[in-house]
Amino acid sequence: MADQQLMLSSSPHLVSKESVSRIMRSVLVALMPATVMGVYLFGFRALLIILICSGSAVAVEAVCQKVLGRAITVTDWSALVTGLLLALNLPPGSPWWMALLGSGLAIVVGKHIYGGLGSNPFNPALVARVVLLISFPVQMTTWWQPKASFFGMTDVVTTATPLGELKTHLMLNGTLDGFTMGGLIDPLIGNIGGCIGEVSVIALALGGIYLLIRKVISWHIPVAFFGTLFLATGLFWLLNPARFINPCFHLFTGGLFLGAIYMATDMVTTPMRRSGMLIFGVGCGLITFVIRVFGGYPEGVSCSIRLMNSATPLIARFTSP
Amino acid sequence: MIEAVITLSGIGLLASLGLGLAAKKFAVHRNPMIDKVEQTLPGGNCGACGMAGCTAYAKAVVEEGVPVNACAPGGAETARQIAQIMGVDVSPTESRVAVLLCKGGKGESLSRFEYQGIMDCKAAMIVAGGNKACAYGCLGLGTCEQVCPFDAIHIDRTGLPVIDEEKCTGCGICVQNCPKQVLTLAPQGMRVHVRCHSHDKGGKVKKVCQVGCIGCGACVRVCPYDALSLDDGLSVMDYSRCRQCGLCIDQCPTHNITGLIQGQSKARIDPSVCTGCTRCDAVCPVDAISGQSEKPHAVDDSRCIGCGLCRSVCPVDAVTMLTFR
Amino acid sequence: MSKVWRFQGGVHPYDKKDLSRDKPIEVAGLPPRLIVPLVQHIGARCEPLVSSGELVKKGQKIGEAQGFVSAPVHAPTSGKVTKIDNFPHPLGRFLPAIEIEPDGSDEWTEDIQGREDFLSLSPDDLRAVIREKGIVGMGGAAFPTHVKLSPPQGKTIDTLIINGSECEPYLTADFRLMVEQSDKVIQGMRIMMTILGVETLFIAIEANKPEAIHAMREALGNEPFAKVVPLKVKYPQGAEKQLIKTLVNREVPSSGGLPMDVGVLVQNVGTTASIFDAVRFGIPLVERVVTVTGEGIREPKNLRVRIGTPIGYLIETCGGFLETPGKVILGGPMMGVSQYTTDIPVVKGTSGILVFPATHVHVEDPQSCIRCGTCVRVCPKNLVPSALALFAKRGLLDEAERHYALDCIECGSCAFACPAKIPLVHWLRYLKGEVLAKRARQRERETNKK
Repeated sequence: MADQQLMLSSSPHLVSKESVSRIMRSVLVALMPATVMGVYLFGFRALLIILICSGSAVAVEAVCQKVLGRAITVTDWSALVTGLLLALNLPPGSPWWMALLGSGLAIVVGKHIYGGLGSNPFNPALVARVVLLISFPVQMTTWWQPKASFFGMTDVVTTATPLGELKTHLMLNGTLDGFTMGGLIDPLIGNIGGCIGEVSVIALALGGIYLLIRKVISWHIPVAFFGTLFLATGLFWLLNPARFINPCFHLFTGGLFLGAIYMATDMVTTPMRRSGMLIFGVGCGLITFVIRVFGGYPEGVSCSIRLMNSATPLIARFTSP
Repeated sequence: MIEAVITLSGIGLLASLGLGLAAKKFAVHRNPMIDKVEQTLPGGNCGACGMAGCTAYAKAVVEEGVPVNACAPGGAETARQIAQIMGVDVSPTESRVAVLLCKGGKGESLSRFEYQGIMDCKAAMIVAGGNKACAYGCLGLGTCEQVCPFDAIHIDRTGLPVIDEEKCTGCGICVQNCPKQVLTLAPQGMRVHVRCHSHDKGGKVKKVCQVGCIGCGACVRVCPYDALSLDDGLSVMDYSRCRQCGLCIDQCPTHNITGLIQGQSKARIDPSVCTGCTRCDAVCPVDAISGQSEKPHAVDDSRCIGCGLCRSVCPVDAVTMLTFR
Repeated sequence: MSKVWRFQGGVHPYDKKDLSRDKPIEVAGLPPRLIVPLVQHIGARCEPLVSSGELVKKGQKIGEAQGFVSAPVHAPTSGKVTKIDNFPHPLGRFLPAIEIEPDGSDEWTEDIQGREDFLSLSPDDLRAVIREKGIVGMGGAAFPTHVKLSPPQGKTIDTLIINGSECEPYLTADFRLMVEQSDKVIQGMRIMMTILGVETLFIAIEANKPEAIHAMREALGNEPFAKVVPLKVKYPQGAEKQLIKTLVNREVPSSGGLPMDVGVLVQNVGTTASIFDAVRFGIPLVERVVTVTGEGIREPKNLRVRIGTPIGYLIETCGGFLETPGKVILGGPMMGVSQYTTDIPVVKGTSGILVFPATHVHVEDPQSCIRCGTCVRVCPKNLVPSALALFAKRGLLDEAERHYALDCIECGSCAFACPAKIPLVHWLRYLKGEVLAKRARQRERETNKK
C-alpha cells in the first residue's frame, strides 16, 4: 500500500461540475447585455453607479463576514450579483452615496443578518430598493431620457417612465383618451425612461434565454408571472378598453422583464419544487396587476416579489409530497 | 382629532377587557405544587432525568410520584428542596462529573485514513467506524461538545474533549451520545483516572496509541486499596475504593493514568522507609498527612498543596516531592 | 418495441465505462490467502463448520446458514483453514471470517453433482438447491436468492425483470457477462420461470450497452420467451423500484414496500447466471466477475475472481496503482464503500473495485445550502434532501420522519448534483440512524412502562 493514507468518505464519490460560483457567474454573464445597454443608453453616470454598487457590495460583504467571525466567501460571486442587480434597479441619476448606501443595506440587512448566503428570506437587492424608495423617493423616481452623448451631463432631460405617465394620465383624466402608447419598439430596445437595467426588453430576454439553456433558472416562474399578468390585464382590457390599457404595454414596460427573469427566480427566496414555483409566479403576477392597475404606485413588480418571498415557506409547506 | 383618540382608547379598553376575561375563563388549572417544584429546578431542560424538560419533570414528580432526586444538574440541594415540598425523605446522592476515558490525542494515537465528511463523531462512525486506528478511541469531532446543555465540554488542540468540572452537572447527556462510549460519569472530586477503555491486547494497543492502557497490571499490583483490577486487558478503577494516593500514576508504563493538576507538586511518603515518627503530620499546614504512631504515614493527595514542609522535617528521607505532567 | 415509462429524478454522471468495456473477462489467479467472511449477505451470519488446521476442498460448505434468511458460504479453492477470526470487511468493520491458504491443486469436493434435466425439478427442489449453493443477490445488496424466490402466501409474481442495467459509472462486469455468457443468463431465467411460474419476462439493459442487447437477443433466438428492453441511460435506472416503474409502470409502495407487493421480481444478471451454474452443474457461489477499474489503475480489467480474494492481489494483477491512490472503492462510485486498506476480501456482492488517484479526489468544503432545488429535482423518491439535512443538523427527528426520511435509497443523486457540495447522503445516513435509534428508545420506554 502507498505511504500516503487513503481518503474515505460516505458515498457518492463523484460530484457534478456544478457549483455555486458557476451559477453566479452564469447570472453575471446573463446580465451583461442589459448592463451594456444600460450604459449605452444612459451614459457614464450609469457605469459609475454599476461600478459603485458592484464594488461596494463585495467590499461590504468581506468586511461584514470578517466582523462576524465567519469565513469570507466573496469568491462565490454572490455579492457581485447582488450589487449588479441593485445597480440595474436604480435610476441612472442616482447620487453616488445612495448607490453606496443601497448596496451596503442589501448585503448587511438583506443577507448577512439572516446568516449569510442561503438564509435570507427576501431578495437582498429588493430589500435595498424598498428602503431607498421609502427614504429617498425623489431621487428614486427621477428618470432620464436615454441620451445621445456618453459623458454629457448637461443634456440630461428628465422624463417619466411609461407606466408613470400612464398612472398620471389616468389620475388626471380617468380614461385613456389622449394617451399615446408610443409603440412597442422603444421599450424593446430601451429607448424609454426607467431604471438602468429594466428598460431594454431584448437585452433582458437574451440573458433570460442564456439562463434557461444553462439550466440556472427554469421557465416556471417567468412564464407564470408573465402569463398571469398578461391574462389579468388582458381580461380587464377586454372588458373596458377605455380605462385599461393593452396587456402588451404592461408586458414590455416597467421592471417586469428584469424582475420576472432575474429577481423572482432567485433560488434562495423562492420555492424549490416546480409546482411551488408556478404558484409563486401566479402570485407575483396577480399582485403586480393589482398594484399597477388599482394601486398608488405606478410599478408593482418589486413589491409583488417581496410579498411572495414572504409566502415562500407557506407555498413550500403546501407543495410537499 | 378627538375622534381618533376616543376610537383608539376604546379599542385599547375593549382589548384589555377581552384579555382579562380570557385569562380568567380559559385559565389552565395547574396544581400549584408543580410550579413550586419547577422553581427549584435549574431550568436547563437537559433531559437527564428522563423527562422532556424541567416542567415535565416537575409535573411527573407531583402527579406520578417520580423520584425527587432524579435531577442530576440540580444535585443534592434540589433533591432536598423537592423532598421538602413533597413532604418526603430523600437520601443524599453524590454528584458526579463526566470523565474522558481516552488519552490518545492527535500526537499520540494513529489514524487509519483521511476522513472527509461531516465533522461530527456520530456521522464519522458511518464511515468505517471513524478514522482513529484504535477502535475504542475518542474521535474528537465534538458531538459531546455540541450536545452538552451546560457548555462544559470543549475540544482542545490535541483533539480531545476537556470537561470543565465546575460547569459539569453530571447529567449524562454526553455519555449517552458518545458513539464510542468513551465518556463515563465518576464521583465529583475524584482526581485519579485510568484514561483508556480499550480491551485490545497490549501489543495491539501499542501499535495504535502511545498512551493507551496495555493491561500490564502494574497499577493493580501497587494499589494499596484494591481500587484497580484488570478486566480483559484493561485496568478498571473502582471509585468507591480509590483514595487518590497516586501510586498507580507512577507505575503506569505508558503514563496513561492521570491524576493531579499539571505542574503541581505532591508529597509522597515511601511506606517502606517511614518510621511513623509523626513529625510530618504535626507540621502539615493543611492536615493532609495521617497515620498512627510507629506506623507508616500517608499523604492525602486531594489536600496536599506541595509545600514540602514534611520533607524538610523527615529524619529518614521517606518523603519525595513529585511533579506531574 | 415495448413501451417504457420514465422514473422521476436521476442524474447523468459520465459513464466512464470505456476504460474496461472492451476487456474480455480474464480469470484471475489464486492469491496466497483467501479470507471468506461469514457475513456476505443480508440476514443471519453463518456459523463456521470447519476449524483451524482443517483441510478443505473447493466448493465445500464451510459456513452454515442460520435460519431462513441466510445463505451458506463455501470454500473458493482447496487448501487449509489457517484462522477463524475477525477480519476487516468491506463494510468497514471487523467481522468473523475463515482464512484459507490454497494448496494450489484447486480440487473440487465430491458433492458437486450436475444434472441435465434440471428443468424437470420441482420449484421447491430448485429453491433448495439455490439455498444450498449459497446464491445471493450479486448486484450489491446480497439478499439470499431463495428467500426472494419464495414469495409468501397471497403475493403472486406475474413479471420477472432481469436487471442488466449496470447504471453505476465505471462498472462493466454485468456487461461483459451478458456479452460473453448470454446462454447462461437465458438458462438461469428458464429456471426462475419454472420456480415462479411467470410468463412475462423482461431483460433490462441500458442503451449504452448495444453489444449486450444484441447478444441477449441472439441468445433468446427466434421465439423469445423474454423481451430485451433497452433503457435510457440515467442513474439510478438499475435501482429496483425505478426499474419497475420504467418497465411496467407500477409504483412499489414507499415506507417498507417490496416489489412483490406489485407482483414483480427483479434479479441481477450475475445472480441469474450463478443460479444456472448451481442447478445445472452443482457449483456453489465461489467466484464472480469483478471490474477493476478507475483512473488510478494501470490496466483496468474485468476479472473472474474467487470470493475471498484480497483486493490488493487483484490490484497487482491489473498492473498496480498508476499514481498515488486517493480512494479505493468497493462497488460503483455512486453507492460504493471507500476502503482504508487493500487487505479486504471480495465478497459475493462486490461488483467492482475502483481506484481514484489522489489528484482526482475532490476535496471541497461544503458551502451553505442555496435552496436551488436541484436535489429535489434529481431525487428518484421525490424527497427534499436539503430539508432533511437541515433536520438532521438541528436534531428535528419527528419532522424528518414526517418527511419520509426513512424512504431514502441512498443512491447519491442529490449529493452528486448539489452545487454547494453538501454531503447529503452522509447527512441522510446519519439522520436515518438517529431516527431508528429514537424509535428503539421509544419502544424500550413502552416495554418498560408495562
